[in-house]
Amino acid sequence: MPDLLIELFSEEIPARMQMRAAEDLKKLLTNGMVEAGLTYASAAAFSTPRRLTLTVEGLLAESPTTTEERKGPRADAPEKAIEGFLRGAGVSRADLEKRDTPKGPVLFARIQKQGRPAAEIVAEVLEQTIRSFPWPKSMRWGSGSLRWVRPLQSVLCILSDEAGAETVPLTVDGIVAGDTTAGHRFMAPGRFSVTSFDDYAAKLKRAFVVLDPAERADTIWNDATNQAFANGFEVVEDKGLLAEVAGLVEWPVVLMGRIGDDFLELPPEVLQTSMKEHQKFFSVRNPKTGRIERFITVANRETADSGATILAGNEKVLSARLADAKFFWDNDLRIAKEDMSVWLTALENVTFHNKLGTQAELIGRMARLAHDLAPLVGADADAAEEAARLAKADLSSEMVYEFPELQGLMGRYYIEASGRPADIAAAAQEHYAPLGPSDDVPTAPVSVAVSLAEKIDKLAGFWAIDEKPTGSKDPFALRRAALGIIRIVIENDLRISLSKVLSNCIVGTLVKRAISSGKIKNPFETVEEYDKLRERLPETADRDAMDKAFLEVNKFEDYLSPVYFGLIFNEAQSTAGNLMSFIHDRLKVYLRDQGIRHDVIDACIAMEGSDDLALLVKRARALSEVLGTDDGENLIQAFKRANNILTQAEEADGVEYSYGADVKFAETDEERALFAALDTAETAITPAMQAQDFPAAMSAMAALRTPVDAFFTAVQVNAENATVRRNRLNLLSRITGICSSVADLTRIDG
Amino acid sequence: MSKTTDSPRSFQEIILRLQSYWAARGCAVLQPYDMEVGAGTFHPATTLRSLGTQPWAAAYVQPSRRPTDGRYGENPNRLQHYYQYQVLIKPSPPDLQELYLGSLEAIGVDMALHDIRFVEDDWESPTLGAWGLGWEVWCDGMEVSQFTYFQQVGGHDCHPVSGELTYGLERLAMYILGVDHVMDMPFNDPQTDIALSYGDIFRQTEEEYARWNFDMADTAVLLRHFEEAETHCREILSAEHVDPKTGKRIIMAHPAYDQCIKASHIFNLLDARGVISVTERQAYIGRVRALAKQCADAFVQTRAGGWTPETAA
Repeated sequence: MPDLLIELFSEEIPARMQMRAAEDLKKLLTNGMVEAGLTYASAAAFSTPRRLTLTVEGLLAESPTTTEERKGPRADAPEKAIEGFLRGAGVSRADLEKRDTPKGPVLFARIQKQGRPAAEIVAEVLEQTIRSFPWPKSMRWGSGSLRWVRPLQSVLCILSDEAGAETVPLTVDGIVAGDTTAGHRFMAPGRFSVTSFDDYAAKLKRAFVVLDPAERADTIWNDATNQAFANGFEVVEDKGLLAEVAGLVEWPVVLMGRIGDDFLELPPEVLQTSMKEHQKFFSVRNPKTGRIERFITVANRETADSGATILAGNEKVLSARLADAKFFWDNDLRIAKEDMSVWLTALENVTFHNKLGTQAELIGRMARLAHDLAPLVGADADAAEEAARLAKADLSSEMVYEFPELQGLMGRYYIEASGRPADIAAAAQEHYAPLGPSDDVPTAPVSVAVSLAEKIDKLAGFWAIDEKPTGSKDPFALRRAALGIIRIVIENDLRISLSKVLSNCIVGTLVKRAISSGKIKNPFETVEEYDKLRERLPETADRDAMDKAFLEVNKFEDYLSPVYFGLIFNEAQSTAGNLMSFIHDRLKVYLRDQGIRHDVIDACIAMEGSDDLALLVKRARALSEVLGTDDGENLIQAFKRANNILTQAEEADGVEYSYGADVKFAETDEERALFAALDTAETAITPAMQAQDFPAAMSAMAALRTPVDAFFTAVQVNAENATVRRNRLNLLSRITGICSSVADLTRIDG
Repeated sequence: MSKTTDSPRSFQEIILRLQSYWAARGCAVLQPYDMEVGAGTFHPATTLRSLGTQPWAAAYVQPSRRPTDGRYGENPNRLQHYYQYQVLIKPSPPDLQELYLGSLEAIGVDMALHDIRFVEDDWESPTLGAWGLGWEVWCDGMEVSQFTYFQQVGGHDCHPVSGELTYGLERLAMYILGVDHVMDMPFNDPQTDIALSYGDIFRQTEEEYARWNFDMADTAVLLRHFEEAETHCREILSAEHVDPKTGKRIIMAHPAYDQCIKASHIFNLLDARGVISVTERQAYIGRVRALAKQCADAFVQTRAGGWTPETAA
């Protein structure tokens, strides 16, 4: 059984693409060979900056010969039909066999597929793979038409067994496959031939190439930590950087260098970001001072001076980089200490979104909202407002302009430097959180208020201008914002009626849009006129929202027509409803991951107050729990049965059976027992619901299972006696009524 | 950098060595384009000549201007006027990486002591409607060149593909000569009677242009020039292909492209004056790109762009 070795040797492959490409090579080659009948024992793929390598062991020497039978036309079919069949099947008349079937004599063809040698199949599959390789980005070069990630220079493709190795004959776009490869670009650039994978890997190592990326990463990490440790330091772990650096070298040589004393006072994150993003350096910390004081760079070669020149060069480049960073830091600190408001003024010229205004306007909205939310999250309203005003000030700083990924964190440093309280500074960093599903949510009250304000304003704003996420498109990360709100509310157990907050925000945006589009005419002449309109509004209207909108309009020295105001108001209500369902949908996804079914959540969303997410989740958890019990599951069946009988009877009779079940009309013990059980349940459920003690309410409900089951077994609801029947239907209504006070059980599946 | 007897001693020596190296590899050594450009790529010897099927090999120094980078000559490595060394070979030869590494050796980079790396860096010029794949080349962690295989220019697919090398001359030279501030770099031979540093030649102009770029350039005039260049570029391209005076087929791709270059530079100046908002910025870039595309369309209809009477027929 031969082994196969393939190497695709090219100019430098981007580090981020190497791993995936090696896997793709393995998958495409092995799938293609297996499809052609060539099975194998094992396969492994490797990558370096200049090569993708695949080794396959225990390959069949040739694909097996197979025979296939194909049914043709009847033996007495017209000659033309038979000829057509022969052509299609690629056989001659001699290969046909006549067989009797229930439909008469039919012709069958035996098609034999001759086995093919491995080399032939490998050549075909490899060429196909090279020509259709799924690079994220590929290119042409020279005068050729082949596409590869960077120019493909040579192809090694050999089959080897005990007898020796043979090159698989293959030519792709002028590149003739051979049995040679090249060593390290600088340390051993010559080409050499190989006879097997072991021979290949061993010769490569002698030519200063470590083939396996995992081995390179291990070497880098071990050498780095050893060098750091020997000098009393520790390397800051960074797996992403390690993988990337392992993809930039074939022969890793770890060098540790110094960071100039001038730069040691820079925030560690600035040092780390600058070194990582620009130079691909690891940060090295001094555990005694807690500061980043050294760096690790990974060179791609050994030198006669043991890397001294390379290290000196890298230190020099880093100094120039850090000199820039220090310049930014010093300038920013000076402004932060003098007067940070110049940064906020600068944000008046920065567009947040062309329909939602500037960053400065966004900050204004966030500040008002944070102020309003503060009491609900246990924060001081003035502190929350100030924190929101400053949270995005660092977007104007030079450091964040240079390193956008440091936004928030720099804000925290600068606000602290300005002498403001720590919780206000922390909010600048924490208000962006949570960024991912596993990212921590803020817990400090001021940060919570600002973070919620940021996300609510964002969602409300984009909903108001109808820029919702569609399918896979979510350019403004609105799903993430919704999940952020959900997690902050639930993990901090906050009680907020979101609907009202959302519609308030939406009214604000809609009014502003209306003003800027010039739709607002026929102004209210006076505040009295506005008050009159306010009086005429239905009881349910959100007067807070209206007042806010009215004040908003007044700021613009313009007034709203009552009619238009009404339209805006209605639009805001329906938009807020739509946004609330979006948040509920995200909540379903979030809870599904925690094992709570979507129908359980639906049953709870249908209840009043479901815009209070913490309450909703408590209800859903309790319901999910009780449905997991035997009693709970059976009670749902009983509830559905009761509900069905009741609905049918109500439809047939045209009346609603909702009141007046009386125990005196009960005819059986089971009926009387149910009356008693319902009384007991009601006495337990009502106060439990008032106390929002859902587990208690749910278990009281589940306790109804036995009496309800017994009732259905013993009693015919649709009795002959009309009074008895009416009484029983009213009794069913009590069952459904009591159960429905806990959750909308009609929405439960099954 | 370590000094060996073969090390160059001045900025100009590095340039001269690059010129002889690429001349010896068969490149036509061209002179800088006589217009203000932001980078060597704008030279028609690169932009236009990378289009069409005709083989091409050229190398040249291109003075480049980036008004926003002006620092009054005070920053150790930021300049509003600097030099790029540009090589363009079409079709890209299979050993272009080796040729490039040879050029580093020629200017005094000892390959046995330094760590040279090709790090992914895809190139895109929104103003030229051009993109390519390649690397930034690192020497001991410092970016010393851009290496690009052009895939598209002016909206046209490149067939064959050109290989483009761009050396940032000041930065590379500072590294090789071991100088920390660009103004301290010897421009000519430091042993000579009249030794001139980079600062002797450019410190004053950096100050003058920084002041002019940031505070004096007349934005109203510049805006008008931009419009005029745009209009004139279109006029030139809309002219009949056959010249009524000579009766010859003369498509004026280069004069039109000059207007495109002009518009591009004026846009950079306006940007430095801070009068272009974020949203307007995209619109201006789009307008320059539209011109570049039309010039590319015109160039491929000329002989240098691969047009022949036979292909036309």
